[in-house]
Amino acid sequence: MSDKPLSLINVSHAYGTSAVFEELSVEIERGEFVAVVGPSGCGKTTLLNLLSGFLRPTSGVINRQGTTRMVYQSDGLFPWLTVKENIALGLRHLRDEKARRAQMKDLLELIRLDGFAGHYPHQLSGGMRQRVELARALAGETDVLLMDEPFSSLDYQTRLRMRRMLVRVLTERPRTVVFVTHDIEEAAQLADRILVLSERPAHLIKELRVGVERPRDPTHPTVVSTVKTILDELGLREDARELSAVK
Amino acid sequence: MFESRLVKEESSFIRTYIFPLGVALAFIALWGTLSALHLFPKSAFPSPMDVLVGFREEIVSGRLWNDLVASLFRVSMGFVLAVVLSVPLGLLLGHAASAREALLPAVNFFRSLSPLAWIPFAILWFGVGDLPVVFLIFMATFFSLVLAVMAAVANIPSVFFRVAADYGFRGWSLLWNVTLPAIMPQIITALRVTAGVAWLVVVAAEMIAGRDGLGFAIWDARNGLRTDLLVCGMIVIGIIGVLLDRLLVRLTHLPNVRWGYER
Ligand SMILES: Nc1ncnc2c1ncn2[C@@H]1O[C@H](COP(=O)(O)OP(=O)(O)O)[C@@H](O)[C@H]1O
Ligand SMILES: [Mg+2]
Repeated sequence: MSDKPLSLINVSHAYGTSAVFEELSVEIERGEFVAVVGPSGCGKTTLLNLLSGFLRPTSGVINRQGTTRMVYQSDGLFPWLTVKENIALGLRHLRDEKARRAQMKDLLELIRLDGFAGHYPHQLSGGMRQRVELARALAGETDVLLMDEPFSSLDYQTRLRMRRMLVRVLTERPRTVVFVTHDIEEAAQLADRILVLSERPAHLIKELRVGVERPRDPTHPTVVSTVKTILDELGLREDARELSAVK
Repeated sequence: MFESRLVKEESSFIRTYIFPLGVALAFIALWGTLSALHLFPKSAFPSPMDVLVGFREEIVSGRLWNDLVASLFRVSMGFVLAVVLSVPLGLLLGHAASAREALLPAVNFFRSLSPLAWIPFAILWFGVGDLPVVFLIFMATFFSLVLAVMAAVANIPSVFFRVAADYGFRGWSLLWNVTLPAIMPQIITALRVTAGVAWLVVVAAEMIAGRDGLGFAIWDARNGLRTDLLVCGMIVIGIIGVLLDRLLVRLTHLPNVRWGYER
């Protein structure tokens, strides 16, 4: 066994007879922020479900150290609970009432929703809801966060703000993160390492390291060049050029 | 700002109380006019005044109160019994596909059967009095409630169960903390509908299988050709029906079910 928080060794997975992954091997370092990009339907969600243990691979080995928590794509909050009660789900393991209250206060401040503890999810905007989901997953001693396109339902400006917020939150509470997104710019802005998956059956077509400090602006030269590289890999670069010519 | 809010509150007060009251008064005026025109024989078309006098008689004799209590008691018994038994069965059908396949046709069959078709058996089995009426109310509401609970459970987004598993909810705590709150808005809607049905059925059932109650009062008034008392009964039945619904609507304002009505 390695000391990596997460590792996949020769993992294959199929739904029935249709293969999603064949012989995929990935190792994730402690504290690393790994983004996974790839065409829709290539198996990104499946990968997270394998990493969380929700799915068992058809073959291969998955090693997992410590606890993992999933941040869901949309509306994983319980609508019948307030912001505070939803976050409290993540603190259920804490026996000490005082410690729980202190944690709750910290988390609400962290996501800048101190004034909204008693609100219900339907009274919040999409961005606020996603922040609550994040706080709930961060609560307690989680080691790994698995995030499945957490910002994809938000508008562009909110998404930019959420990225900045995520970077800030992770500097205060460092975690290992596997972040699935179809947004290449998002991956380039956030990740230490980007895994580019192919169409099904998915394999790694490119692995990129981004060595620039966070937070990174979307217009940072490294972010821009990373986006270009990934578009090239996915064979989308030509389309991109045509689009900018139209503008 | 403050003034405009006052104006707004005033106008909403007028709309919720004064307007309906106006409509009621207009209706009574129309009724009075029609009865004064003697289109029907007086015995078949009582005037508002006749009914008012009838009310006085019924209240003084205490009969109205007795009938009201009897009907409310039967509705509560039958309805509570139906709720208590339908929720577990609905949960089972919502969760277990095999149970659903086996039982759903039967549930649908009994739901489609008018509860009034059970009246003969209700009397043969339970005689007259409280029991047959409670039985009929149960039959009228139980199957609809089972279906509503089942559909609500089957429609719970699967992400809720994923989240529940992530945070360690299992068994009874899953049921209590996730499944039941997730279906509560739909259950409340179903309760409103079925409570209305129960109130319809109690009148019909008491007409035939009762020796008291509002339904029996109507039947009795008809037999005695006391159309004034008949209208008294009708008015009370209508008012109680509205109040019953108002009462259940309050459940939809509970903070932890509001989400179900605001999407
Ligand atoms: N439970 C399932 N049963 C059968 N096929 C599935 C199931 N879940 C996903 N798939 C298929 O597997 C592929 C990968 O799905 P998914 O991991 O959700 O892709 P992504 O998240 O990258 O869009 C898709 O083609 C999808 O249709
Ligand atoms: Mg997906």
